Amino acid sequence: MARVVVDVMLKPEILDPQGKAVHGAFGRLGFDGVADVRQGKRFEITLDGEATEERVAEIRKAADTLLANPVIEDYTLHVENQ
Amino acid sequence: MKIGVVTFPGSLDDADARRAAAVAGAEAVALWHGDEDLHGVDAVVLPGGFSYGDYLRAGAISRFAPVMETIIKRAGEGMPVLGICNGFQVLCESHLLPGALIKNHHRKFVCKDQTLRIENNTTAWTSDYDANHEITIVLKNQDGSFVADEATLDRLEGEGRVVARYLGNPNGSYRDIAGITNERGNVVGLMPHPEHAVETLTGPTTDGLGFFTSVLKAVVAS
Repeated sequence: MARVVVDVMLKPEILDPQGKAVHGAFGRLGFDGVADVRQGKRFEITLDGEATEERVAEIRKAADTLLANPVIEDYTLHVENQ
Repeated sequence: MKIGVVTFPGSLDDADARRAAAVAGAEAVALWHGDEDLHGVDAVVLPGGFSYGDYLRAGAISRFAPVMETIIKRAGEGMPVLGICNGFQVLCESHLLPGALIKNHHRKFVCKDQTLRIENNTTAWTSDYDANHEITIVLKNQDGSFVADEATLDRLEGEGRVVARYLGNPNGSYRDIAGITNERGNVVGLMPHPEHAVETLTGPTTDGLGFFTSVLKAVVAS
């Protein structure tokens, strides 16, 4: 079994209201020295069998079409062999 | 003249959209997200709500519903499609319209009567309005902030594709944009809700009715 991890983040130029809310809570809780917080999404995709080049390419296509919206988001993808 | 209204799991305003179509004089047809058949409708409304719980991104999963495959194809052939609120989000996720809708910049759900200026009265859904007509209809959303890159915003404005603009920006939308259209003018996305402003008993005005009467004329003309 192999796991493909896709991390999705809003593009830097897109405002992240959720990250701003978390940042505000940091301050209220006394966690100082934090300049900014941005919130993203992490997808852990477990494959049947090995992460071959073809399988990873398929997951990359899924990331492009479904997991991330390229208008507002960037993503990174990596394979974790277990 | 038949106007179809799609119901997705989590749609909220499908019944109101069907009622608005009927008030305008059309036959309202309920369409189901899992059925790719449009049952002979002449135009389609994608209603507001929280389809699929807004999981992943608002509209992201609905965009791949069987009914959307047919709607995307027919929209490309010129069929009028109006996406309201969550429907606007579905149209952006479908790439029928550019840009995207993200959370309101103030992080609160907003529900109020909102004044807009209709800036393009040549689309299939806005021909019954005067140029720069100001209307007051209901705005209620969580992910209502319209965003796009600068080049896309410039193109939308340059091509007259901003359909409606907020007077007093309620949600952080770039350049006060409340609604846009595609190149052809048959697909319109609008964040506020014209279907909630078609009768004085239940709405702030009847200013929203023009969207539904406009499309009747567009269909008859074509």
